[in-house]
Amino acid sequence: MREITYRQALNEALAEELERDPSVFLMGEEVAEYQGAYKVSAGLLQRFGPKRIIDTPISENGFAGLGIGAAMVGLRPIIEFMTFSFSLVAFDQVVNNAPNMFMMSGGQFNIPITFRGPNGPAHQLGATHSHATENFYASVPGLKVCTPATPRDAKGLLKTAVRDDNPVLVLEAELLYSSKGMVEPPDEELLIPLGKAEVKREGSDVTVICYAQTVSIALTVAARLEEEDISAEVVDLRSIKPLDEKAIYESVAKTHRVVIVEQDHPYCGVGAEICYRIQKTIFDELDAPILRVSQEDVPMPYNEDLEHAVLPNAQKLFAAVKKVCYA
Amino acid sequence: MQPLEQRDEVEMLSLMLLIRRFEERASQQYQAQKIGGFCHLYIGQEAVVTGAVAAIRPDDYVITAYRDHGHALARGTTANACMAELFGKETGCSRGLGGSMHFFDKKHHMYGGHAIVAAHVPLAVGLAFAIKYRDEDRVTLCFFGDGAINQGSFHEALNLAALYRLPIIFICENNLFAMGTSVKRSTSLKQIVDRAEGYDIPGEIVDGMNFREVRDKVAEVADSIRKESHPAFLEVRTYRYRGHSMSDPASYRTKEELEKYRLDDPIIRLRAQLTREGKLTNEQFDQLDKHAKETVLASVKFAEQSPELPVEKLYDYVYFNGAKA
Repeated sequence: MREITYRQALNEALAEELERDPSVFLMGEEVAEYQGAYKVSAGLLQRFGPKRIIDTPISENGFAGLGIGAAMVGLRPIIEFMTFSFSLVAFDQVVNNAPNMFMMSGGQFNIPITFRGPNGPAHQLGATHSHATENFYASVPGLKVCTPATPRDAKGLLKTAVRDDNPVLVLEAELLYSSKGMVEPPDEELLIPLGKAEVKREGSDVTVICYAQTVSIALTVAARLEEEDISAEVVDLRSIKPLDEKAIYESVAKTHRVVIVEQDHPYCGVGAEICYRIQKTIFDELDAPILRVSQEDVPMPYNEDLEHAVLPNAQKLFAAVKKVCYA
Repeated sequence: MQPLEQRDEVEMLSLMLLIRRFEERASQQYQAQKIGGFCHLYIGQEAVVTGAVAAIRPDDYVITAYRDHGHALARGTTANACMAELFGKETGCSRGLGGSMHFFDKKHHMYGGHAIVAAHVPLAVGLAFAIKYRDEDRVTLCFFGDGAINQGSFHEALNLAALYRLPIIFICENNLFAMGTSVKRSTSLKQIVDRAEGYDIPGEIVDGMNFREVRDKVAEVADSIRKESHPAFLEVRTYRYRGHSMSDPASYRTKEELEKYRLDDPIIRLRAQLTREGKLTNEQFDQLDKHAKETVLASVKFAEQSPELPVEKLYDYVYFNGAKA
């Protein structure tokens, strides 16, 4: 194991998959000559050439559709959105074409495509550039959605996504690109299956369910809770769809208390779906109502203090955990 | 693989008749409530797809919008598979899961059947991208209506195709109306073909009621593309005799206009050309038409007798590995 950044981990995943399979190509705005808006694709043009690392004009709808068409005849495109906020311009392609093709062609055309890029609020980017899109996309049958929180998960999930025969969205996070973590050496194949959560910290009193940018919040809060003799188990979903229900139920059956900390909006958010499934399946295991910590239900304000007030944070999570523990 | 242009014109006339009779029968079955959803008929436009397909190879890629029955039949999908699809049966070309607007046939390189206007044009560019990526000499034919040319995805797709010099022929089937809105009321240009010029794509106007003109033009352009990859644009002028869909009485146009085009019918025209040249007798034509009618009638029987789709299969086509998410 060695320590690398989330950005480097993604870069390694791209390079390894491009190396392994000639039908894989990377396409998006500024991915080639500029070396990636967030430098995730740095060095790939030099290594794999312009045929496989392809700059596009600002045409999200166009190049997302191009990727889907290429996937219909067996290529395995990786389409980078500079941010998933821009994927909304390509919503029709991502929602109407990629996941519907397999059903409406009667199983003749599956779409092995990966859409990737940063997702969720970063810092003071305002309403149009701060979308957390995981709940929109997870609600669409035919799509798979993963949300890596660590360099290791980023590498392993992206590599798995590229090999999946269905459309997969890898929702990265701008604020995580420079974060560091331990990852297997490059000569060791790292594949992390979609739909497998990971217990990032074991505990016995309360389950904190988190993903993406909220994992580090959960771990910070868990450390603080320990000082108050509350043992929190941190379950990182890693994939929003498929959802690892088994991992959730196992943890809840142990702790009997749940807080979900999510980076999307509360209304029809990821946590709403998880709450429903927990109460439906293991209602008797619960000793307290499930609480959710999410964004406030407002478009993102630019003002720093207001933005802070909108986002889930350690303070809000801490209070929610205390509440479900009646502490 | 042998280009279809070598194929007998009589055979292509019988294909046009098959499309015409298929659509007439589909209309009847729709009214009898055997067919659900939306149903858009191709009657009047047969020479466009027949001419285009006659000029390309069976392994070239074809993709179109929702008025797609003719395109599947022209590609080689059987009348049985097409009618069964309309009936929503598993024996249909999309297993009864796509319906009228979503005909797919992988074996015959028919990539749909797409029902969001112009959303398939970027897909077509992706098919062409894959051809170039693999250094193949195939060509992609992307059909769409005049209603598609004002959508953003159309413009983005043309720009990408020109930028990457992809092997694709954009075929605008200009039937003068996007649903009930005439081209005059939807498009700022006097001629649709001028859209191509804005992307530095060579474009031409073709008489879509003339099988031979469509075939020869598509053959010429496809040949040029196979020699050196590039996009091209054809505005093929045609006319649909029926409304936009089965529920549209087409009251936005005059009887006189319709009659004018009916006199220029593509089937009558090719028939007259062949008769004049001594390649077809009246008896032979009647035989062809009889055969088309019989084939279509048999397809209705086939569709009726095909078993219903089992509900247990509901989740089989959500993910490739069949797994629930």
